[in-house]
Amino acid sequence: MFRQLRTALRTGIVTEPAARGEIERIGERLATEITRLFGRSLAIRQVDAGSCNGCELEIAGLTGPHYDLERFGVHFVASPRHADCLLVTGPVTRNMAEALRRTWEATPHPKFVIAVGDCGRDGGMFRGSYAVVGGVADVVPVDAVIPGCPPSPAALLAGLLDAIGRER
Amino acid sequence: MHGLVYGLAALVGIAAAALGGYGMVGGAGSVRLPWLVPLGGLELTLDPLGGFFLALIGAAAVPASIHAMGATPGERRDRFTYLAFVLSMCVVPLAANTMTFAITWELMSIASYFLVLHDRESKSSVYAGWVYAVMTHAGLACLLAGMLLLGAWTGSPRFEDWRAAAPALTGAARNGAFVLLALGFAGKAGVIPLHVWLPLAHPAAPSHVSALMSGVMIKLGVYGLVRVSLDWLGIGPPWWGVAILIAGAASAVIGVLYALVDHDLKRLLAFHSIENIGIILLGIGSAVVFRTADQPTLALLGLTAALYHTVNHAAFKALLFLGAGAVVHATGTHNMEAMGGLVKRMPWTAACFFVGSASIAALPPFNGFVSEWLTFVALFQNRHLAAVGLNLVFILGIASLALTGGLAMACFVKAFGITFLALPRSDAAASAVEAPVAMRLAMVMLAAACVGLGLGPTLVVPVFGAVASSVLGVAAAPVTLGDWLTLRMAGGYASLSTIAIAIALGGALLVPLVALPLARASRRTREYETWGCGRIVQTARMEYTATAFANPFKRVFDFFYRPIKRLDIEFHPESRFFVERIEYENPTRSLFHDWLYRPALDLLRAGTRAAGALQSGSPNLYLAYILAALLLMLVLT
Amino acid sequence: MIAEVVAAGLQLLVVALGAPLLVGVLRTLKARLVGRRGPRPWQPYADLRKLLGKEAVVSTTTSWVFRATPFVLVATILVSALIVPVLVARPPLAFAGNIILLVYLFMLATFFLALAGLDAGSAFGGMGASREVAVAALAEPTIIVAVLALALRADTIDLGRIVERFGHEPWLAANPAHLLAFAAFFIVMLAETGRLPVDNPATHLELTMIHEAMVLEYSGRYLALVEWAAAMKFFLFMTLLANLFVPWGLASSAGPGSILLGLTALGGKLAVLTVAVAVLETSVAKLRLFRVPELLAGSFALAFLSLMAVILVQ
Repeated sequence: MFRQLRTALRTGIVTEPAARGEIERIGERLATEITRLFGRSLAIRQVDAGSCNGCELEIAGLTGPHYDLERFGVHFVASPRHADCLLVTGPVTRNMAEALRRTWEATPHPKFVIAVGDCGRDGGMFRGSYAVVGGVADVVPVDAVIPGCPPSPAALLAGLLDAIGRER
Repeated sequence: MHGLVYGLAALVGIAAAALGGYGMVGGAGSVRLPWLVPLGGLELTLDPLGGFFLALIGAAAVPASIHAMGATPGERRDRFTYLAFVLSMCVVPLAANTMTFAITWELMSIASYFLVLHDRESKSSVYAGWVYAVMTHAGLACLLAGMLLLGAWTGSPRFEDWRAAAPALTGAARNGAFVLLALGFAGKAGVIPLHVWLPLAHPAAPSHVSALMSGVMIKLGVYGLVRVSLDWLGIGPPWWGVAILIAGAASAVIGVLYALVDHDLKRLLAFHSIENIGIILLGIGSAVVFRTADQPTLALLGLTAALYHTVNHAAFKALLFLGAGAVVHATGTHNMEAMGGLVKRMPWTAACFFVGSASIAALPPFNGFVSEWLTFVALFQNRHLAAVGLNLVFILGIASLALTGGLAMACFVKAFGITFLALPRSDAAASAVEAPVAMRLAMVMLAAACVGLGLGPTLVVPVFGAVASSVLGVAAAPVTLGDWLTLRMAGGYASLSTIAIAIALGGALLVPLVALPLARASRRTREYETWGCGRIVQTARMEYTATAFANPFKRVFDFFYRPIKRLDIEFHPESRFFVERIEYENPTRSLFHDWLYRPALDLLRAGTRAAGALQSGSPNLYLAYILAALLLMLVLT
Repeated sequence: MIAEVVAAGLQLLVVALGAPLLVGVLRTLKARLVGRRGPRPWQPYADLRKLLGKEAVVSTTTSWVFRATPFVLVATILVSALIVPVLVARPPLAFAGNIILLVYLFMLATFFLALAGLDAGSAFGGMGASREVAVAALAEPTIIVAVLALALRADTIDLGRIVERFGHEPWLAANPAHLLAFAAFFIVMLAETGRLPVDNPATHLELTMIHEAMVLEYSGRYLALVEWAAAMKFFLFMTLLANLFVPWGLASSAGPGSILLGLTALGGKLAVLTVAVAVLETSVAKLRLFRVPELLAGSFALAFLSLMAVILVQ
């Protein structure tokens, strides 16, 4: 216990400053409304709609010490009832379409959806497959997209911060 | 027409309650009919303690009888047996000599035996009746032995004479009488390890009978224990109180542990009766110990706490049994695993059962909390005792009481939650209808009593204290009234005000109701299905079951339950990769059956088989026996 | 009289408004100890504010129990705040109850929350309810026995009087019982408020949840009330630890100067305790669920020993 404590105290804070970036907006929702509601506190529920887990690994990096999502008041939650934003990865497979829709219905208003990765935008490399519905926008209304295959944690962070209107 | 007999029983109850109330406040009276029965005749005396229990029986009989009016009419024989049961119970606290006591006690036992046996077809009912009959008559044997011996030693069968003659008896005589009488009364009260009949008999009987059996009949065992340890035999050695304390602590914890893993609604309630008897015994035991240690004021506190819990338990246990009766009447099953969703279909029953659950879980500001608080305070007074051994026993009692409180709350979360909340787990539960008016009326009466007893301790504690001081012969009051609002212990040790708590809770409930609009909280509400991780269908199969709810307790206390796992898998005949049926059982084993009753019964059987060798059938041997007995008597006299 | 009412109101405000700050400070400390910058200490206020603006989604399987629970939780904790000595040594509702009332008030809150968990009809809620009542039931004997050890020394079970007695006669605390009771109560505090190593408040895996599983179904203003009540419960337990076992600094009268002193003393003690909890939470892993009863049994043994120490040393 003490060895771990000593190491932690010696290493200190390793958080890097966040990069800037712009997110690709799709929906008609005014940016100001989202900023007003969620500028200081945002709860994200991550939904895996048939992804290859590449995007999940990058998203997992966001909670680590280097990217530290929590310093902006953003945190991940376990239930869509607690969430404001659904972070959807993967081309929506046919098996997950209904589940994704129910997750969206279970989230209380006001809410918005960010589709992650090229798969989330329009099906990515799986576009046109028999097992895939299309992008996330074909199942639930999407407000923004963070493209990439997979997008790096820095890009994810920049996109999230831009979505809620935080400068840094 | 059938309601007439029950109405008569209710009237008997009201009369008994009135007479008992008169006795509690000091009115005395007696009736003597020496020619009616041999060995002393019929003699009835009203004194405060007897009046207290009489009032209790009467007050409990009223809602039970009203409830019975709403139940399906049974046979005529059952109704008259019920009336006989109520009447005989009313007379027991008034009995003033051995014969009267024995006759009324036996009448009560026989009447309740027939009521337990009301469903003659079912094997489990017959078995329950049989075990009950055996245990109650074994208890009666102990009682008769003790009373007849006391009568022989003191020269009179009257209880009053025992009180006067007790100091003159030898220690061994007093101890012997105490053991016999205490065993008999403890068996009736359902104290561990003499409790085996309770979980069988109470579920088998109809609900209004179970309410009375659990609510007042076992309290007559408590009545007897109070008489034996504090009244008839005078001040005894400390081990009497210690034995009662240990029995109380064991009953409290073991009762609730068995209740936790039980999924038959009525058997669960029966086990909780054992638990509450344990709590009452903790109060009585502390009173006995304090009396021996020459602390009469503290003894008064312990006895008052025990009497208060007796009344409270009668109120909420009767309420819970009547509620269970309404549920069984509506769904046709005892099994909790087949219930659910009843809160929407039976709102009145659910609300009353909720009040009962909160009371038995000792949650403020209901009545169970007040009497448990008093018991705690009585046990905390061990600081006035010098002996370290006594202190240890008291701490054991405190720890057991604390553990029991938590486990009882857990068990009633299970009982109320699984039975009433969420989705119905069977068609019977899905089509349940609200209970008839008579049943609802009875339950509401008892729920009001629970709330009243909880909010009004300042009104009832002086009354119970007066009863207790008449038993102990002590005048001082350790619990005074600061004002109509608060109970205060002497010396600033502790104080309690349930009315203030209730008002504070009510006021505090307003805080979020006012604060939310002030903070401009959104008022939008939307109804949607339960979050199921995106699962397409939600059925009742996905809810938590009672077995699952009790699982953590089963694992934590597995040294006590010693569960056996039985897994039976039926594979498809074509391939072992496909399964047709899986059956899983995880029953618990009863410690007392395995270690106490089965060896005792085996010993008895072996003994009788050995004694059977005496009956060889040869007349020559029998003549030889007669000769030997004659020779022996000639030698001895 | 007026001063007492003002003091009571202040005490309520300190608990109600200070609780989210305590939780926020703990989160920031935990983050710093693992090398992250972490959220701001006043982040929970922003979270609660945001939740109030969301709609409440209520499941169709639930009943009045589900909707009433958040209000009952807040009400019980607020009443408890008037019984615990927070700022003044003699709290306003001291005449109404003592440690037993406090323990059973917390059980009232747990009762309602567990029923709300079962009400939704999901397996998560049932699982959370079952585990929560198991932990609460096993923790109760320890609380009562540990505080009894203190009560025996102070000759009263009224919390205000215990604090006053220890405050005026500090040598009563010079007894091994005091330290043992403190250790036992600390472990129970971790169990009852859902902290590591008993329960991880930040977990997302339902199988590892105890408290969080029961609130998975709540949203919007109901969730805000439930989270606020949980924060206040944590605040009250920490205050009990601070003020029962280290009672010096509490205001004995309702004057402004002594109240300010009480507030400062409370802040200092809470700060020390928060650092201790943060260090502990970042150093230990969550216990397997069925090892938690062993931990609670250990804490009961400590409490029992402390009681024995009081009785034998007296």
